[in-house]
Amino acid sequence: MPAVSKGDGMRGLAVFISDIRNCKSKEAEIKRINKELANIRSKFKGDKALDGYSKKKYVCKLLFIFLLGHDIDFGHMEAVNLLSSNKYTEKQIGYLFISVLVNSNSDLIRLINNGIKNDLASRNPTFMNLALHCIANVGSREMAEAFASQIPNILVAGDTMDSVKQSAALCLLRLNRMSPDLVPMGEWTARVVHLLNDQHLGVVTAATSLITNLAQKSPDDFKTAVSLAVARLSRIVTSASIDLQDYTYYFVAAPWLSVKLLRLLQCYPPPEDAALRSRLTECLETILNKAQEPPKSKKVQHSNAKNAILFEAISLIILHDSEPTLLVRACNQLGQFLQHRETNLRYLALESMCTLASSEFSHEAVKTHIDTVINALKTERDVSVRQRAVDLLYAMCDRSNAKQIVAEMLSYLETADYSIREEIVLKVAILAEKYAVDYTWYVDTILNLIRIAGDYVSEEVWYRVIQIVINRDEVQGYAAKTVFEALQAPACHENLVKVGGYILGEFGNLIAGDSRSSPLVQFNLLHSKFHLCSVPTRALLLSAYIKFINLFPEVKTTIQDVLRSDSQLRNADVELQQRAVEYLRLSCIASTDILATVLEEMPPFPERESSILAKLKKKKGPGHLPDIDDARRNVNGSTEHSENAEAPKTGSNHPFTDLMSVNSPPPVANSLLVDVFSDISTPAPVDVCEENFSRFVCKNNGVIFENQLLQIGLKSEYRQNLGRMYVFFGNKTSTQFLSFSSSVASQDSLKAHILSATCVLSPQLNVHAKTVDPIIEGGAQVQQILNIECVSDFTDAPVLTIQFRYGGALQNITVKLPVMLNKFFQPTEMTSQDFFQRWKQLGAPQQEVQKIFKAKHPMDSEVTKAKILGFGVALLDGVDPNPANFVGAGVIHTKSTQVGCLLRLEPNTQAEMYRLTLRTSRDSVSQRLCDLLSDQF
Amino acid sequence: MIKAILIFNNHGKPRLSKFYEHYSEDTEQQIIRETFHLVSKRDENVCNFLEGGMLIGGSDYKLIYRHYATLYFVFCVDSSESELGILDLIQVFVETLDKCFENVCELDLIFHVDKVHNILAEMVMGGMVLETNMNEIITQVDAQNKMEKSEVNLTLPVLFMFECMT
Repeated sequence: MPAVSKGDGMRGLAVFISDIRNCKSKEAEIKRINKELANIRSKFKGDKALDGYSKKKYVCKLLFIFLLGHDIDFGHMEAVNLLSSNKYTEKQIGYLFISVLVNSNSDLIRLINNGIKNDLASRNPTFMNLALHCIANVGSREMAEAFASQIPNILVAGDTMDSVKQSAALCLLRLNRMSPDLVPMGEWTARVVHLLNDQHLGVVTAATSLITNLAQKSPDDFKTAVSLAVARLSRIVTSASIDLQDYTYYFVAAPWLSVKLLRLLQCYPPPEDAALRSRLTECLETILNKAQEPPKSKKVQHSNAKNAILFEAISLIILHDSEPTLLVRACNQLGQFLQHRETNLRYLALESMCTLASSEFSHEAVKTHIDTVINALKTERDVSVRQRAVDLLYAMCDRSNAKQIVAEMLSYLETADYSIREEIVLKVAILAEKYAVDYTWYVDTILNLIRIAGDYVSEEVWYRVIQIVINRDEVQGYAAKTVFEALQAPACHENLVKVGGYILGEFGNLIAGDSRSSPLVQFNLLHSKFHLCSVPTRALLLSAYIKFINLFPEVKTTIQDVLRSDSQLRNADVELQQRAVEYLRLSCIASTDILATVLEEMPPFPERESSILAKLKKKKGPGHLPDIDDARRNVNGSTEHSENAEAPKTGSNHPFTDLMSVNSPPPVANSLLVDVFSDISTPAPVDVCEENFSRFVCKNNGVIFENQLLQIGLKSEYRQNLGRMYVFFGNKTSTQFLSFSSSVASQDSLKAHILSATCVLSPQLNVHAKTVDPIIEGGAQVQQILNIECVSDFTDAPVLTIQFRYGGALQNITVKLPVMLNKFFQPTEMTSQDFFQRWKQLGAPQQEVQKIFKAKHPMDSEVTKAKILGFGVALLDGVDPNPANFVGAGVIHTKSTQVGCLLRLEPNTQAEMYRLTLRTSRDSVSQRLCDLLSDQF
Repeated sequence: MIKAILIFNNHGKPRLSKFYEHYSEDTEQQIIRETFHLVSKRDENVCNFLEGGMLIGGSDYKLIYRHYATLYFVFCVDSSESELGILDLIQVFVETLDKCFENVCELDLIFHVDKVHNILAEMVMGGMVLETNMNEIITQVDAQNKMEKSEVNLTLPVLFMFECMT
């Protein structure tokens, strides 16, 4: 008799479902559903109490509607009411509705808990099972709080039915996953371990799952499980298939339990006890032997079940990594599977071999399968399998086969699925670098990579090739020649133009001797690509041009003409325009010596972890990347590798930092919007941090702000009325900062500014802040550049507002930026005579400000000197008749005017006092400078 | 752990969805669509495993599926499950359905969603495999049906019984 007879059930439900199925259009279906929803709603709300059967019918209809993808916003209460029914069918449908439709943070949980509590106490195994299922399926914290302590008792009580024990074990496992802190460890743990000896194999299976999970949390508490698991496993694998009748699946004895036991053993190292160890080895050998036996059935289920055990056994062998003979046998077995006609087995064999490749005993054995794997890459019809083949080739690569593997991957790349191209590109780039014996091969490989899959070559990859070329003299000439040739192609990828521009700019001279690649030819070649490129690439090319001017004086006028053209000098893009203007000026006014110094060849990059490797790790997650940096490979003298990923360019201070930073990701509009909203949501006045502000009056670099999460460092340079400040945000945590934004405002206009990039703080000061990346990885640092222009003299310093999310919480930080008037000083040297003449000219009472104040620090004349110099003025020796006094002069540059400024500082060591006198042509300037400087001593 | 169990037909119409982790209703529907999209474009004799869609955890999760006539059975699992083991579990599930419904077809799943859920609940609980022995599962389901029958006979109004018979 069938377990479900088709005639029974609910007629109304069947009619409704048939109606839906007969609907000709989506609209008709929605109409029918809405009609039904209205009907059910009115029934639920109606005066007449519904009997259990109707409730069940309506709840079933709601379930069906939900499955079709419609929201259900009522009926929950009715379902909860069904829990307290004493009829099984009604209770069951109530629980079903709850486990499908109620989410873990519903307000109803308390009512549901009540129902569960009654059922757990009912001692009716069917009801107890329903309740345990519900706890496991919903798994909310509130449920865990209510029942976590009760379930272990049910599990280990002597009189609990087997089916309830099974459910209780899995229920506890689920709670331990969701809220491990609520599951108490205690004397029950020892008794749980003994469930491994239970008569009922279903109970053993459930208990094994539970113990595997708990053992990961506290391995010591469950150590005794190892010997029990080995014993159990041994009994299963040596049993004749008829011994475990019900649990024999297609002639395989208890396959699921065997798999679970092998998983449990993977939580522990190989047993120390010799007898136990040999018993386990025996089991594993038996499993390997069985794989060679002729199959007992032709059904795929038979081989699946058998191989499920086999793969788990191989995983254990690889993990223990201690029995060379087993490892080799495992490898041979996988080798057989590599050519099996079942796609599933080929897939799993490739996957397991990946981990096997990292074992020192079997690495060589894995390598013998290289041809099979390469063949898989070429001929498999399934992208999942090809992906595994790529992974395995990457894992088995070493110096001996790198050229072959890289070549195969490159040729596969031409036809690879789009979804895995980027990853292959990263892998090729890493392998090529890691195992490059001669770097000409490396350069060729990367250029090929760009040619074949330019769109998938990320910045990290082409940065890296440049770093390497710059750091290795022997390859520079070859690189220049190769990129020059590659650029000849009529259509070449923009990434190639970037690499070409950079390398020819640095090393074009190495090939200039050949008339076919004379300076002018090189320049014309690069410039022919210019108009097809995006802004960042053009910016890079402009830098290459100015480098050409230094390398090849003979093309200077040609390049100057290009820079001078309107399309450069008046380019709509600020960055391009600025470069054109600055480079043109530089080439016109600087002497050859200065040019040679400014445009010197790039210094070698500091060695650090390849940024590509960091990227691949990020992409795949640590678990997925077979670690090819382990001790075994380091014998080959592989490259550096440090734990803290993230290398990028922020740290380097050479003049060309800029060249890279143009390529920073485009501003993300989102983060701006987030700002606007979060600003509204934080109405409280934000405390402005100005703790370290005064320390920056006389210096330009240092740490301006630091708390547990974030460190902000500054580096600034000023020239006349312009300044540039590099702000470094360091994430001190190991977690990402999200929605990171940082903007500049004047102190009193914190609310108004955010959407405009250039912020006119006050008429006196302009600050243009570049957008920063909205995400800062844990431990990483990002840089923001502020361009500052002083329009006229000012008093208030701008404020930097930083916002980001750390672990869900919005963080607001405001820091007063040390942009002060004295930063725009140019020191002026003058003779004693000049000084006094001017001093007298500035004699009007409002032009002089004087302050007498007590020394805050020890009065050391060297320190004082350094501070005055740091303040920005020139220190004039021999002007003041009293040698203990200090006299300085300088000019404040603003866009509108220049303000000359003279100062005199007279220390009185006995009284520990100073007298500071300032004379400038403007009273406001005198006052401001006096305030700033007097604070420093 | 099993994160979700989905059954849909060749046109992507869901016939059963069971999530063992909480998602919003919209996300659940999107996951079903995405999964269908991933699975349905695959050829018949490729392997039964693929990386999960973005919505359901990406490459940390695997989709393990089988295609029977008009229906796809898809299990989304993490790395703690044996791929072949799950494949066999799908087979046990289908064989059990076949025994319970006597030559199960898509219509049975449509008209008896609650029964399918109950059968599944005997096999998988909170994302963990509860029971793999088909006889045991069917014994449980039979026991439930008996209880159900006895209750139906007690409570159904006579009029409705009439209606059923005609």
